[in-house]
Amino acid sequence: MSIVGTKVIRKEDPNLLTGRGQYVDDIQLTGMTHMAFVRSTEAHALIKGIDVSAALECEGVIGAWTAADLELPPLPEVPGLERPTLATDKVRFVGEAVAVIVAESKYAAADGTELVVVDYEPLEAVTNIEEATAEDAPLLFEELGSNTVAEVPSADDHQSVFDSAPHTEKIKLINNRCTAAPIETSACLADYGPAGLTIWASFQAPHHLRNRISAWLGIPQDQCRVITPDVGGGFGQKINFTPEFFLAPVLSKILNRPVKYSQTRSEAMTSMYHGRAQEQEVDIAFDNEGKIQALRVFASQDMGGYAIGTGMGMPVLTTAMSAGCYVIPNVSVAWRNVLTNTTPIAAYRGAGRPEATYLIERAMDHIAYKLEMDPTEVRRQNYIPKDDFPYATHSELAVYDSGNFEGALDELLEIMDYESIREEQVANQDMPEKPLIGVGFSSWLELAGFGPPGSLEGFGHLGSWESVQIRIQPDGSAIIYTGASPHGQGTVTTFAQIASEYLGIEYDKISVRHGDTATIPQGIGTMGSRQVAVGGEGVKNASIGIVQKAKSIAAHKLEANPEDIEVKDGSLFVKGSPSKSLSWAEVATFSFQRLELPEDMDPGSLDETILQEVPNFSFPSGAYACVIEIDKHTGDTRVRDIYLVDDCGTVINPLLAEGQVHGGVAQGIAQALYEEFSYDENGQPTTATFIDYLMPGAPDLPSYTSGRINTPNPNNSLGAKGIGESGSVGTPPAVINAVVDALRHLGVTHIDMPATPQKIWKILQGGTK
Amino acid sequence: MSYPTSININGNRYDKSIDPRTLLVHFIREECGLTGTHIGCDTSNCGACTVLLDGNAVKSCTVLAVQANNHEITTVEGLANDDGSFTPVQEGFRQEHGLQCGYCTPGMLMAATALLDEIPNPSEQEIRENLEGNLCRCTGYEMIVRSVQWAAQNPDGIPVQIGESS
Repeated sequence: MSIVGTKVIRKEDPNLLTGRGQYVDDIQLTGMTHMAFVRSTEAHALIKGIDVSAALECEGVIGAWTAADLELPPLPEVPGLERPTLATDKVRFVGEAVAVIVAESKYAAADGTELVVVDYEPLEAVTNIEEATAEDAPLLFEELGSNTVAEVPSADDHQSVFDSAPHTEKIKLINNRCTAAPIETSACLADYGPAGLTIWASFQAPHHLRNRISAWLGIPQDQCRVITPDVGGGFGQKINFTPEFFLAPVLSKILNRPVKYSQTRSEAMTSMYHGRAQEQEVDIAFDNEGKIQALRVFASQDMGGYAIGTGMGMPVLTTAMSAGCYVIPNVSVAWRNVLTNTTPIAAYRGAGRPEATYLIERAMDHIAYKLEMDPTEVRRQNYIPKDDFPYATHSELAVYDSGNFEGALDELLEIMDYESIREEQVANQDMPEKPLIGVGFSSWLELAGFGPPGSLEGFGHLGSWESVQIRIQPDGSAIIYTGASPHGQGTVTTFAQIASEYLGIEYDKISVRHGDTATIPQGIGTMGSRQVAVGGEGVKNASIGIVQKAKSIAAHKLEANPEDIEVKDGSLFVKGSPSKSLSWAEVATFSFQRLELPEDMDPGSLDETILQEVPNFSFPSGAYACVIEIDKHTGDTRVRDIYLVDDCGTVINPLLAEGQVHGGVAQGIAQALYEEFSYDENGQPTTATFIDYLMPGAPDLPSYTSGRINTPNPNNSLGAKGIGESGSVGTPPAVINAVVDALRHLGVTHIDMPATPQKIWKILQGGTK
Repeated sequence: MSYPTSININGNRYDKSIDPRTLLVHFIREECGLTGTHIGCDTSNCGACTVLLDGNAVKSCTVLAVQANNHEITTVEGLANDDGSFTPVQEGFRQEHGLQCGYCTPGMLMAATALLDEIPNPSEQEIRENLEGNLCRCTGYEMIVRSVQWAAQNPDGIPVQIGESS
């Protein structure tokens, strides 16, 4: 039986279940010190002075530094828009690092930060796009002359199509600001000694960090080692550069001692990059059958206080994917990036594609409202037919590889009882003690498997490939070294499964190593649902390369032709003569012994390194349906059921794939119903702890009902598309469509995320929207 | 000012002289080097630091170490049996993919252990409500629920040695 596609229990788990994982804060070095930040309490202010003298008197404090003391270059980001490593003359969001303390203990470092006095001269703050783009808006960077740092207009607004269309609708959408909030916050430990610099970092892309830090410090890459040990979740929040990764090495060098930084949650909430925070103006034109004729999108991306490349790319991805699963003859997109006095924005699971899916799936339901059609019928009117792939869209980024969108909807309607939910919905409306029922659909499609050459370079990465090295050990076991840098995805397990399949070596004799720039070939990292579709393909190809060479060794020893050697169950044998065989261990040993090898082969040849490239993005897709219950008296809103049909192409491990979907769906439900990072009018955060920011717990979320279809990815030989972001892309519109559906009889056509009980209670009290 | 504190953790006695404001979680992690217990927030919401204090689940970020003076603590390092075999809760999390990044896991394991101690056969709703104080960002909780159900249904567990990989 093939091990690819099989439920295999994870290799990662035994350490993590016994407290033997090693996260950054778990590491203790001799002479280690602790770093803590003084962070801005103002959203927008001039810094008139910083007094660290009291902190220096504090017991246990070793030193305190401001920007003026260190004269550091800015963080390595977009030229002309750089963010200072420590604030210089001005702060631009609450939580920005203003000064840094190093002390003998965490407690002393925290004490020190309390004693630093910063003299701020407050400025008027802009906390949203409307304020930031107003004519007389205060500017975050006076020298730029505007808070809008990038703007791309549409080439053609297709106004004539709108003028002649039977129906048009204008929809305004807000994709609420969220924080990824992995349970492990940011952390790093820098040890800058005579032999060079080692940094342990909670990060998703160790080589990316290594390359940037070494350039920033002006030291050769060989003397700068980044280790990403166990990493407690990332979700895109740990591919961005924040001051700690740069300051810890600088201070370690100054003090000649290791410097550790373990971020508090309160700091993480305002200083780790946020996600989403996009406003959209959407125009649609459609005919009497519900066929969409034109789509116009203007996406305004809130950048927060500093614009970084990843954040600036969010509306690029949104506008590339705005047409979703549908044939839309006229698409016009435009976008802009706007600075505000809030936490800066970058990627959060899905990164630009949840925003795209939300707008087009809300638009589909608006067509259904207007024409009084069933939402599934509107979608059927518009799907790209399953035989029309590859499918070129309005965007050159998005050439869809494969899919069967109507097939996914058919499968979805198989695993749910749509008719009886509709009956219950109608019946419940007149029964005061029964909840309101709503059902919402989302036919979603995303762009994943980052990516084709140039794609990740656009976000500042060295390349878009992923590295895989497989080294056969003398006993016939194998070690895989990869630049992928997993933090929960189970890549150690899935890569070992793929290698076992194609090497013919037992799963238990394959290890996967990652997250150390000193031992792993230059890699890229884990983001954009790319590990299996890119790195996994590399594992397969490296395995095939090694097997070819192993066959030559076996053929030499067995006096046969390499083409006649087969590999199965840990041995290599002559086709048709299974008695003429060598174990993998024997072949592996011979591979290191000159006298046992064919003349044209060198010792150590069972060692293959690949930088795996892919020709296109992959396009996972699916159909989700959410059933919502709303308490008529309190507005309490719960997901009763959620039905999930995913198409990620080939599945390597169904258990892990299901886990990825569940986690993404949970974050999607959270965005739709619970979570919003908000600010008051002065730019003070109002949801900066887990008390106010409503990350759901176990009682808040439903069980998930899963289905699956499979249209293999034609752009890699595994046929895999990626699954990490699917749930967070597909879920929010399904939930909101369901909430609106439950309230349709009250005249409701829209409710912004998060659909809180308070908003819904107000509607139930007689207000319609 | 330092305060002599003696806490029995996983059967071993730790005598330390500590700053009285030291939180139990910092005592466990920093003073004793038992880093399996994690910290995920500073408002007592996430539960990553959950340990057993005299058999009851507590958030060790919300207990001063001096309050635990002369008490018994069990952390994730103390869960597995002496022969290295997993408890049913540990095995359940492994069988049912109840963890991804693993960071919330020690706290989940301790909370689930305390739950099954009190309610050996909990309903799904009881599991969800009893784990309300433990946040997980990776799993969406269903597989954690299944993991606890697995443990309830397999009170003898499956003896698997630590370090075995499949």
